[in-house]
Amino acid sequence: MLRFVNLIIGCLLLAACENNAPLNNPYPQNTSVSNTLYSSFSERPKTLDPARSYSSNEYKFIAQIYEPPIQYHYLKRPYTLVPLSSSTMPLVEYLDAQGQLLPSDTPTKSIVQTRYTIEIQKGIQYQPHPAFAPLLTDLNNINVLMDFPEQSTRELTANDYVHQIKRLAHPTLHSPIYSIMGNYIEGLTELRTTLDALKDKTNIDLTQHTLEGAKTVSRYHYQITIKGKYPQFIYWLAMPFFAPMPPEADTFYNQPGMKEKNLTLDWYPIGTGPYYLTENNPNRRMVLQKNPNFHGETYPALSEHSNQALPFIDQVIYVLEKETIPIWNKFLQGYYDASVISSDNFDQAIQMGSTGETELTPIMMEKNIQLKTAVQTSISYMGFNMKDPIVGGYDASHRALRQAISIAIDYEEYIAIFNNGRGISAQGPIPPSIYGHLTGKEGLNKNVYNWENKPVRKHITAAKNLLATAGYPKGINPKTGKPLVLHFDVTGTGPENKARFSWYRKQLQKLNIQLDIRATDYNRFQEKMRKGNAQLFLWGWNADYPDPENFFFLLDGKNGKVAHQGENAANYNSPEFNTLFAAMKNMDNSPKRQAIITQMTTLVQQDAPWVWGYHPKSYTLHHNWLHNIKPNLMANNTLKYQRLDIAQRNQQRKAWNQPMVWPIAFVLLTLVIICVPAWQHYRRKEQQTAL
Amino acid sequence: MIVYWTDGLFFILVLALIASIISIRRSTHLRATWRGVFTRPSGMTSGVILSFFLIITILDCIHINRPANSSLTDPIVSVLDLTLTPLILNTETTYSAPFAIISYSKDSITLNGKATRDFKRLEHAGSHLESSQKRSTDIIQKSLTGITGSLLFITILLFIFITQFAKKRKFTKKAAWHVLIKKQTEIAWRSGWICFSIILLTLGFVIAIAPYYHILGTDKVGEDILYQSLKSIRTGVLIGTLSTLFMLPFALLLGMMAGYFRGWVDDVIQYIYTTLSSIPGVLLIVAAILIVDIQFADVDINANDKADLKLLFLCIILGLTSWTGLCRLLRAETLKLRELDYIQAAHAFGIHHFSILLRHIFPNVMHLVLISIAIDFSGLVLAEAVLSYIGVGVDPTMNSWGNMVNGARMEMARDPMVWWTLMAAFFFMLTLVLSANFFADAIRDAFDPKMRERS
Amino acid sequence: MTTYILRRIFYAIPILIGVNLLTFTLFFVVNSADDIARMHLGNKHVKQTDIESWKASHGYDKPLLFNQNAAGINSITDTIFYQKSARLFVFDFGRSDLDRNIGQDIQTRMWPSLAIAAPTLLIGLATNITFALLLTFFRATRLDTAGVFLCVVLMSISGLFYIIGGQYLIGKIFQWVPISGYDSGTDALKFIILPVLIGVVSGIGSGARLYRTLFIEELGKDYIRMARAKGISELRVLFRHVLKNAMIPILTGIVVILPMLFMGSLLMESFFAIPGLGSYTIDAINDQDFATVRAMVFLGAVLYIIGLVLTDISYTFADPRVRLS
Repeated sequence: MLRFVNLIIGCLLLAACENNAPLNNPYPQNTSVSNTLYSSFSERPKTLDPARSYSSNEYKFIAQIYEPPIQYHYLKRPYTLVPLSSSTMPLVEYLDAQGQLLPSDTPTKSIVQTRYTIEIQKGIQYQPHPAFAPLLTDLNNINVLMDFPEQSTRELTANDYVHQIKRLAHPTLHSPIYSIMGNYIEGLTELRTTLDALKDKTNIDLTQHTLEGAKTVSRYHYQITIKGKYPQFIYWLAMPFFAPMPPEADTFYNQPGMKEKNLTLDWYPIGTGPYYLTENNPNRRMVLQKNPNFHGETYPALSEHSNQALPFIDQVIYVLEKETIPIWNKFLQGYYDASVISSDNFDQAIQMGSTGETELTPIMMEKNIQLKTAVQTSISYMGFNMKDPIVGGYDASHRALRQAISIAIDYEEYIAIFNNGRGISAQGPIPPSIYGHLTGKEGLNKNVYNWENKPVRKHITAAKNLLATAGYPKGINPKTGKPLVLHFDVTGTGPENKARFSWYRKQLQKLNIQLDIRATDYNRFQEKMRKGNAQLFLWGWNADYPDPENFFFLLDGKNGKVAHQGENAANYNSPEFNTLFAAMKNMDNSPKRQAIITQMTTLVQQDAPWVWGYHPKSYTLHHNWLHNIKPNLMANNTLKYQRLDIAQRNQQRKAWNQPMVWPIAFVLLTLVIICVPAWQHYRRKEQQTAL
Repeated sequence: MIVYWTDGLFFILVLALIASIISIRRSTHLRATWRGVFTRPSGMTSGVILSFFLIITILDCIHINRPANSSLTDPIVSVLDLTLTPLILNTETTYSAPFAIISYSKDSITLNGKATRDFKRLEHAGSHLESSQKRSTDIIQKSLTGITGSLLFITILLFIFITQFAKKRKFTKKAAWHVLIKKQTEIAWRSGWICFSIILLTLGFVIAIAPYYHILGTDKVGEDILYQSLKSIRTGVLIGTLSTLFMLPFALLLGMMAGYFRGWVDDVIQYIYTTLSSIPGVLLIVAAILIVDIQFADVDINANDKADLKLLFLCIILGLTSWTGLCRLLRAETLKLRELDYIQAAHAFGIHHFSILLRHIFPNVMHLVLISIAIDFSGLVLAEAVLSYIGVGVDPTMNSWGNMVNGARMEMARDPMVWWTLMAAFFFMLTLVLSANFFADAIRDAFDPKMRERS
Repeated sequence: MTTYILRRIFYAIPILIGVNLLTFTLFFVVNSADDIARMHLGNKHVKQTDIESWKASHGYDKPLLFNQNAAGINSITDTIFYQKSARLFVFDFGRSDLDRNIGQDIQTRMWPSLAIAAPTLLIGLATNITFALLLTFFRATRLDTAGVFLCVVLMSISGLFYIIGGQYLIGKIFQWVPISGYDSGTDALKFIILPVLIGVVSGIGSGARLYRTLFIEELGKDYIRMARAKGISELRVLFRHVLKNAMIPILTGIVVILPMLFMGSLLMESFFAIPGLGSYTIDAINDQDFATVRAMVFLGAVLYIIGLVLTDISYTFADPRVRLS
């Protein structure tokens, strides 16, 4: 058998010598010369329909394909919105009950409606797609979209945007933002009611229905009307939910027989963006190709590449990879152009410099690998269920208990152990780079930290004193005479979590509180949270848009998980906070708004419904042949800015992937050594029979 | 003393084992067959190793409330925990290699006010040493002490054994010694003693070294790998034995009934086991484990109890999915047996079916049951690792080789490579499974003479 | 023969119904319809009304097994069980909860599984037989003892170690083949080598030991003594007589697993990112995609039963004395 394998490997070696290409190249040889970026995806996307998709692993694809009217500037910080398929930024107007224009400084109370008027660029063409060609009558020979003989295009019109907004109310699409948008966009819930009343819900022709809040004004103009004032709405316009969708797509994919072949909008997008999907095999790989009809865009100003035409890369191949180890190893071999760093290969890639800054290890430096870091606009926290009789409650003693626990759980240590220092401990709900985040002493959480030129966690005695005030001196529950027992609800099994959980247990051990860890599966955990049966739990939030409202609403009483099925998992409900939130929510960024935000932050720091946890830091590594990488946590359509140096890549791949030959010789040698006694025995036996 | 479910069941098994040993000693026929198991060196050696694993499991199954003078933190500890107290307490902050006294990766250290990057000394391992140069001499010294100690111990034991052996056989001590050395005993005493000595020597070495160094290194949160591996023995052995315990009633009862009664009973039983065995086993286990998870989600129990119940249910589920093979075997054997004359005669005399099954059929299929238990044991231990990889194995808070492998998989990608966790799990699992396999072979050869002729 | 096969198919129906009912019950105890809906709607901004409407449009709003509100036959047919499981019997796997056609997915994904499993079986068989023949030839010598010992060691190692070790050594250190992945057509070869190699090596232990026992049993038979007495050389005895006759139990033993080759290997496929049915099943379990899990269980059961029938048939070919009735 080993001989057989050697034979195969030998043949491969020969073949390799001829082509002079590495043996372990996971891609077909001919692709190495093309301008192709290689990336991976770990979970197969559930849908690529812009009205339904709401997860980062899907945005990875559709943000390159669909173009909403506006986008985030690639380079500018703080995050700034700029036009994408629109020609200018949307015109925002406030209206009264009679539909009359109001001046822009009208107080929020008197604004009945806000109207966004958007003008789109002329001459934008869709990607080549059979939906624009005459419909086929015979679909027998069609298996994938590329099998359609004729692909065509047409010009983008304002009506396509309106069509997409109507799709948010489609009863069988289950758009995740329908509930939210129903609160804002005029007539959306009414449209849903009308559609729900229809008998055949699968074949709804949306062009037959009108939506009050979204109207086409002219071929290149459309208007969205929302209820009241909602300044954050502009951020939604930068998400694929508001990208244009041609009504032809619905007609095309609704043809009988299409669904059976998995030909649906969920798998075959139709957009105007710089790339279009040419191969969609969610079981193995996805291929994005440069859109030949792309309207053209140039690299944003502020850099040496400004005004170069986008996109730079011709093709992107995403390969399905479930395990992190292969991704990392292939990255080191040069077969992936960029990679995130997982906790397990961190030590291999990053070291702390002498002054505590992160730098690459010599191995990485040798390979000329580049590092990009950014603090994510998200927060990972431990919540207290405020409805719980022990940890909840707003009076001084319950507050003291929560504050004591907040001090005891040393998140700096957590970040160091479990995240390799990739993160910063949070002082409040708002992550850095979001408006309202205060740095330095101003932003300090005075209940947990002291200021000594940097935040320093209070000593554990402070926590012990607080615990005594809370009525649990030395952690003893006076009712039982035993140490206080708290339940910690977590999801997840697996060895990694085991260490985490025992770490949490150790933290509370400092206060002589016993942490009872109740691990369940995700569904059960969610159910407990909905019913409010949890006590302590872990939760997180990733920003939808760069506005403090998107974080503070996680503590708004009207958003309570138990009472309103909202996102306020801690069920925090403080009347004072709720009033402040209502005021802050609709304000434009101003010193006045900052003052309210500071007030709110101080309030929640005091009440401590969360142990504030940390803001993770993302570390991305990329090879030096990949250019123009800048972490942008809001924009997903960043592929178009990236640039490759193919010659350099081929050269380095070859240098890094020379197969080791000696093991083959070693295996052969072992076989020979084994053969010797066998042969001797055989000879002996033969001689015996001969005698 | 606190008795967890699995502890209790395991003790019942141990008691059953003791009872059967006593009854085997009484029956000359069974005694002869069992002697056959130990005549082979492989049977003897694996038997010794298995008893070592068994002893550790028993120690780890005796749970007590933490004694007041113990420095451990958990309120409930096992006797094994108490024995291994230094290993539990010597927890470092993160990875360290076997026998290392410095950390696995460089850390920033402030030296004379200047920050540099270097390997830190570990908090516990080798902390008694003044300088790191003395490490090798210290290790050699300590291990020599340990080995000398156990050599002494072995000599004493061997002396006692020889005395007893000579007395029984009416040999002189010298002759007895000669017989032992030359392998002239029927039972493979020499192999047994060699294996026993090796275990004792290792033990002596470990006892001398372990309080001062991490013999197998530490894991990501600095826990000692040797401790984890030893704790995992209980999980492995329990899964191997308890699953069989749950499998037996089904396999025995249904298999014998199907073969004996035939007709519709046979049809129903065949239907049940064909249906069960046609579902891919993994899916059945996944579903069952998830159900258990859900049932416990809202129950207010403490984490240790929960981990224990999960282990119990894993055993039950593994038992339920693995009885079909033995059942089929027993059915076929019973079909053959019931046609035998004496059973037909018993039937003709009007003896109750139940007592025919118990008196005549059961003793005659017992060897099949024994052989299949022995063979299944190793398969079950291996299955645990795979199930933990899929995420439906034992509770993640429980020490098990599957959990160790699963965690260590990622560590292979580190540089320098963290190989010790994987190696430790590999070594311990291999030892257990290998000796179980050899022991199963020995049992099969002794109980199924037809097989012995073949090999 | 035909009547026999027909009867076996007839027998298979109650078994398949049982399988279906069992998986159905298990998965609905684990995941309520609400859980499935939540899983697919994600966890940001989801309200109960969204869940209800998802359930309605995916047919999960009906009662599980018995519909009290419906009349007559509808009380059985207008249920989740009937709607979602009964059509499997005509091999209409329906649409997954991700709204993909399961039948189509199975058709495309079974080939990679087969591409790994079939060579593993064939090469493994050849290797095991070769190894076992060698051991038989050198029986009762030190080589044999060492060989058998090696077999037991090999079969005592968990499959996880073979995979982890193989991927690390051959993929990462030696850089002979890509670490993981898959490609269609002839490009698949370089991805298949490593999983097949690992599959073969991990199977040597138990396989070779079993075959060695079979060979030695054959050697003890009278006709072999006869042949020896005639002075036929040892090698000839082994190859002409022992191998030929021992192949019958070996091959009939393999027939039962032939259909299962399509199902793929859960571990191997997820480690090597092979888009086969094994990883499909794992994904479905993780995604709680009930429709797919049910389809895979059903498929597995059908293939298992086919395997049993094939085994019976192969016995008649191997041994003309066996008659199927």
